[in-house]
Amino acid sequence: MSDGFDPAAGPSRRKLLKCMMWGSAGVLWAVSGGVPRPFQLDGEALAAGPAPGDFTFMQISDTHIGFKGPVNPDPGGTLKEALAKVAAVRPAMLLHTGDVSHLAKPEEFELAAAIMKGANLETHYVPGEHDTIGDKGKSFFERFGNEKSTSGWYSFDQGGAHFIGLVNVVDLRPGGLGYLGPEQIKWLEDDVKGKSASTPIVVFAHMPLWTVSANWGWGTDDAAPAIDLLKRFGSVTVLNGHIHQVIQKVEGNVSLRTAYSTAFPQAAPDTPGASPGPLKVAAEQLKSMLGVRRVDVVHDKPVMLTDATLAS
Amino acid sequence: MVASKPGRRCVIVLGAVAVLLLFSGSWLGWRSLAAASSPADVVINDYKFGPATLTVPRGTKVTWTNKDDDVHTVASDGDPKLFKSPALDTDDSFAFTFNEAGTFKYFCSIHPRMQGTVVVE
Repeated sequence: MSDGFDPAAGPSRRKLLKCMMWGSAGVLWAVSGGVPRPFQLDGEALAAGPAPGDFTFMQISDTHIGFKGPVNPDPGGTLKEALAKVAAVRPAMLLHTGDVSHLAKPEEFELAAAIMKGANLETHYVPGEHDTIGDKGKSFFERFGNEKSTSGWYSFDQGGAHFIGLVNVVDLRPGGLGYLGPEQIKWLEDDVKGKSASTPIVVFAHMPLWTVSANWGWGTDDAAPAIDLLKRFGSVTVLNGHIHQVIQKVEGNVSLRTAYSTAFPQAAPDTPGASPGPLKVAAEQLKSMLGVRRVDVVHDKPVMLTDATLAS
Repeated sequence: MVASKPGRRCVIVLGAVAVLLLFSGSWLGWRSLAAASSPADVVINDYKFGPATLTVPRGTKVTWTNKDDDVHTVASDGDPKLFKSPALDTDDSFAFTFNEAGTFKYFCSIHPRMQGTVVVE
């Protein structure tokens, strides 16, 4: 190895360091059609104003208000920084893909709501598994749920696109991954029935709607039947959270992508010696591993996703 | 000499009773009671319950302690739940006393790939 590969250091650590290096350099790896490819993070594109007639919204995820781990003792502070990035873009609205809180405690929900209110933006939420501990999401839905929804899942139309918020973190089964359940999948079938195939579809849900890593529980058991219901549409964008990093999968017209957290990073899936929990990184590195996402729905073009870190 | 005889007989009788108790069912009962008073522990670390299978006598209080960086729960399989902890942050504990014999499977309700078993004899 010409680059001074030290077998004693072990491939896992080497690979991890390489990943971190790419992350801070503003390049991430995406998997497109099964082939990994790098894509650029573009801070300028993030802040550029939307073109006339286009519809721009943003996504934040995994704010984990209440988290006190050493990697980020102030997730409220980093959420405020993320919202400042969002405000600079002036999007039409904001999606939050769950894990608003860390322990689903009332005081965490209250603090999160107070910080989010500061953004002064229409915001649509779906819960993460941290938001539904103990009460299946009752207190989360009371505060952040869609007013018209009794089940937790809901849809709405905006900017010419059809938005679908799904819940895949309640009633998880022993040994399983995320779970939508037959009732929700039936609802989805009815929800998209009769919609024109040219309607851009944007699905948002906390856990990835494809299996990123079964070992680490990063997937949804019954994602496939849900995705199958959407395959007839010309443009389907699935926005997920949960894994605190950007990973993409493209399957025909369906493009699925996970998002950064605003609180703490996690290791690349199945990194040997690592776990799916908070990844300890140096303080100066943290903000290059947290971020926000801009989404542009442009008429007759693929939906454009731009991820930017808090360091960019 | 005469006065001391009943006392000595008493000691012998008591000794015999003790020996009988020792080899009877009540001694077995006493033994399991003694074991029940020594609680058992499960440690949550690196997204695993350790030990994954714990075997204890009836009446044992089992305590789970979360030593992980992430939050976990301890919830019995099935519905209604025999036991279900609140959110356990790092260093938080939850205890449940198993009074019935049987095999009790449980999992972390927010990381359902984490599973464990308590066998109560």
